[in-house]
Amino acid sequence: MKSAPLEAIARDCRIQIIRMLTHAGSGHPGGSLSVIDLVTALFFGRMRHDPKRPDWPERDRLILSKGHAVPAVYAAMARAGYFPESQLVTLRKLGSPLQGHPDRTALPGIEAATGSLGQGLSVALGQALGLKLAGSAARVYCILGDGEIQEGQVWEAAMAAPKLGQPRHPLDNLAVIVDYNKIQLDGFVAKILDLEPLVAKWQAEGWPVIEIDGHKIDQIEKALDQAEATKGVPTVVVAHTVKGKGVSFMENDPEWHGKAPKPAEAIRAIREILRVPESDWDAHLATHPAMRTLVDELRALDAK
Amino acid sequence: MPAKASRAAFGEALLELGAHDDRIVTLDADLSKSTMTAKFAKTYPDRAFDLGIAESNMIGVAAGLALTGKIPFACSFACFVVGRFETIRISVAYTGANVKLVGTHVGVAIGEDGYSQMGLEDIACLRALPNIPIIQPADELETKQAVAYAVEHAGPLYLRLTRQPLEAVNPPDHRFRLGRWNVLREGHDVTIVGTGGPLFNCLEAARRLAAEGLSAEVVNAASVKPLDEELLLRSAARTGRVVTVEDHSIHGGLGGAVAEVLSEAHPMPLKRLGVIGFGESGDPSGLYVKHGLDPAGIALSVKKFLGG
Repeated sequence: MKSAPLEAIARDCRIQIIRMLTHAGSGHPGGSLSVIDLVTALFFGRMRHDPKRPDWPERDRLILSKGHAVPAVYAAMARAGYFPESQLVTLRKLGSPLQGHPDRTALPGIEAATGSLGQGLSVALGQALGLKLAGSAARVYCILGDGEIQEGQVWEAAMAAPKLGQPRHPLDNLAVIVDYNKIQLDGFVAKILDLEPLVAKWQAEGWPVIEIDGHKIDQIEKALDQAEATKGVPTVVVAHTVKGKGVSFMENDPEWHGKAPKPAEAIRAIREILRVPESDWDAHLATHPAMRTLVDELRALDAK
Repeated sequence: MPAKASRAAFGEALLELGAHDDRIVTLDADLSKSTMTAKFAKTYPDRAFDLGIAESNMIGVAAGLALTGKIPFACSFACFVVGRFETIRISVAYTGANVKLVGTHVGVAIGEDGYSQMGLEDIACLRALPNIPIIQPADELETKQAVAYAVEHAGPLYLRLTRQPLEAVNPPDHRFRLGRWNVLREGHDVTIVGTGGPLFNCLEAARRLAAEGLSAEVVNAASVKPLDEELLLRSAARTGRVVTVEDHSIHGGLGGAVAEVLSEAHPMPLKRLGVIGFGESGDPSGLYVKHGLDPAGIALSVKKFLGG
């Protein structure tokens, strides 16, 4: 029962991702759409946080180490009430706190500057350790990209995490999720620099590994339950995902790693996310004024 | 005060400050015996973390700890700390994490280990980042004050420390302040601005120059970034000539910073003394002679510069 609203939230966030990237005219739709179900499950089903108090010391933390997918986090933050949804269209614009990659100092609620890949896990380790030292029950979540873990620093951190703080302050308050969407900027991960055997690599470093379908909310929730119940070591969740998930022409296409849709493409993408057949689209818009407004707003971009 | 390495004074200061402030934690990358945090680690085992030979991760973990309210000192040889520039740039500087980066074993003065262990470009790299002050204390007294300042300073900061013992150069009532320099010896023919290890040699050079009738002012630039522009311009306006002395690459260090200020605010002849090219193995005093950072070398450069 709990899963249904989360899926609806993820759907709405997908639409906002498409909307803000289209307004921005640049950005990374593929990885934002692959990670949004994970982000939604964390923001609305898992993390203890308070949009009115982004610096609340007892909050759970999310570090999106694959910072280029930050539109997914912005969409979730706006939905949660950190800032108005109207601000999403300022993404990547001069003066906006919604920087192209996360900027902690610009936007309260962002936990670390990321996007220079490979650094987020180390920062997450430090946060998890600091919280343990303070006797806090807060948890830390870190989302890594699959291409990102080609960076050496990730494996420095992976080697350290199960040992750091032992024996009195083990980092079992840390859960890492790999958004394994199989595509990086230059092409398919398996062709550029294959990560396999990925599960065995994390296990060899001492991590319990859980493998899931990263688009199934119930599987994500179960994995996060399991991570929370695991004591003495941090847990890694390898989430198999689809790059561009939810938009047929973006799915599994490396072209859509870092290209914003044109307004017409965006409207088609939104229709697909809503699962409305083309023949029913006008009727749908006639009965959904908010969506009508959003579509008109996108159409108006073409006129600019 | 007997001569003491600034890394040793750092270790002592940290041990003392750590007793009253449990926000202070140390991170090392398998060099805690060299960075002198080992005693802190032994005294406060729950607040000292050896991350192994993995400096990028060490710096990132320090950033995370800082974001939960700790005051982490992330320590290694200067070249290995600043070598992880991209992690410093994003996880520390851009994140605004309250991390104290500590680079020891700076300059050719480390001697026999040779170039790969010498911090020679660290100032140049960190000068480019907007929010990381660079402090290079010149003796034990100033080092302990600088460490105490580092704890108080809200935001990232870099401490540049020596392996070799440093003679006391500051007066006993000296107070380190960020962005403030102090005049160690007054003079009117030339301003010698030195930082860290070679400052004692600058004073010795000034004494030799005095014997030859040249009056050199010697300034301690412990605050390498920000510079004390006011003191620099005041002294330079009076002497009309500036010489910078540092155990760092001649490019992008104190000399470069002074050149930037002078050329914009008060153009005048400037001579930069520092390390040209890579360092190499050798005895430290021999290396100082080779690079002209010994008293005779500094005095000779100043005389030539003044046209004597």
